[in-house]
Amino acid sequence: MRPFHYRAPRSLDEALALLTPQAVPLAGGTDLFLKMERRQTQADTVVDLKRIPELGRIEAADGGVRIGALALMDSLGASSLIAGQYEALTRSARVVGSIQTRNRATLGGNLANASPAADTATPLMALGASAEAADATGTRQVPVDQLFLGPGRTALRDGELLTAVLVPALPARAGSAFQRCVRTAMDIALVNCAAFVRLDGDDPDTVAEARIALGAVGPTPLRTASAENCLTGARLDERVVEEAGECAASDAQPIDDVRAGADYRREMVRVLTRRAIWKAFRRARGEA
Amino acid sequence: MEPPRIRITVTVNGEPYQEDVAATRSLLDFLRNDLGLTGTKEGCGEGECGACSVILDGRLVDACLIFAAEADGRRVETVEGLADGEALHPLQGAFATAGAAQCGYCTPGMLMAGKALLDRNPSPTHEEVAHGIAGNLCRCTGYGTIIQAVMEAAKES
Repeated sequence: MRPFHYRAPRSLDEALALLTPQAVPLAGGTDLFLKMERRQTQADTVVDLKRIPELGRIEAADGGVRIGALALMDSLGASSLIAGQYEALTRSARVVGSIQTRNRATLGGNLANASPAADTATPLMALGASAEAADATGTRQVPVDQLFLGPGRTALRDGELLTAVLVPALPARAGSAFQRCVRTAMDIALVNCAAFVRLDGDDPDTVAEARIALGAVGPTPLRTASAENCLTGARLDERVVEEAGECAASDAQPIDDVRAGADYRREMVRVLTRRAIWKAFRRARGEA
Repeated sequence: MEPPRIRITVTVNGEPYQEDVAATRSLLDFLRNDLGLTGTKEGCGEGECGACSVILDGRLVDACLIFAAEADGRRVETVEGLADGEALHPLQGAFATAGAAQCGYCTPGMLMAGKALLDRNPSPTHEEVAHGIAGNLCRCTGYGTIIQAVMEAAKES
């Protein structure tokens, strides 16, 4: 491994001052450690963020929830502020890696690593969440669906740190769901899908608003506008859900790789999208 | 550049250690090579197999993916800390009785996964034990007896 300086600041200000272009932030390290071992990063300084208590908190905020970037996957999966409300996020946090991974990996790390298959990215996109980015001059919010630019690339600027994720209040008559398919329990997703559905106040069969996000079928996690349009304003039935699955499959841009072929991935998008929509719909109706 | 080193203080199995380590040192190599605690094994070296499982501040983790520097000021439990002198930990006794070790390479990690589980959930179901060791691979595929041993240990303690 290339030698580096290890720094463990106790405050966010101290951390931001250390985050020069030659420095890399360290959260859980489940991705970064191997990147460093494989010399895929040129950093000469590692800034360990785990000694900054405020970054690890999960707290109610503005009717929704504010999740510190250093919150562990295990804490996220167990949080009563998240379970029941943001079902898609709870489910995704509970299936990332192994117990050992979830005891170390963080939400901020999962996002900032910008894997197209990041399991928590699609639920956050479906839930309309934003990432909070801080630098020495202040903070700004980036909607999670605008955070990813390509594999391993985010909209974070040099010197900016992802400090928290803000999930807005769950509206009335709304629900979400997460679906994922993998080759083995420990592998990253072949495809994942998160759906958010809000139902009409007057007609509980009609969708007032929908967001569908797909993972591992493009250079970044992506929203499928055509599937969302197909649901919005529609009375939900088998035909509509079928059509939304078709739309999602045509919006997907899967590739062939060692884990699966593009055709298989596209087919799985169709299947997982349908399942996620039905689950989110039943939760929105308070049936699940 | 001269490889930067850092002084760390880590409590391992109740014993405080103060050591100078290279910033690049993994917790696994620190335990095995600097402290001579070779019970913890390296399997895949990339967080897939759980052979290097230790308990860090109460949480089961893969020591191969952690820098020793990250353990500064923290408590680490390894397989060497399980027995009390000659007296085996209930998990160790149950593993021996059930024949839950075949080649034995995954055993230290399995024991720590079992301990982390029982520390949180003293009477787990069969399914909960299976989930509790899901991050630990046994290439001899002795999962049946391993799960049985953890269940037996839960009954004893």
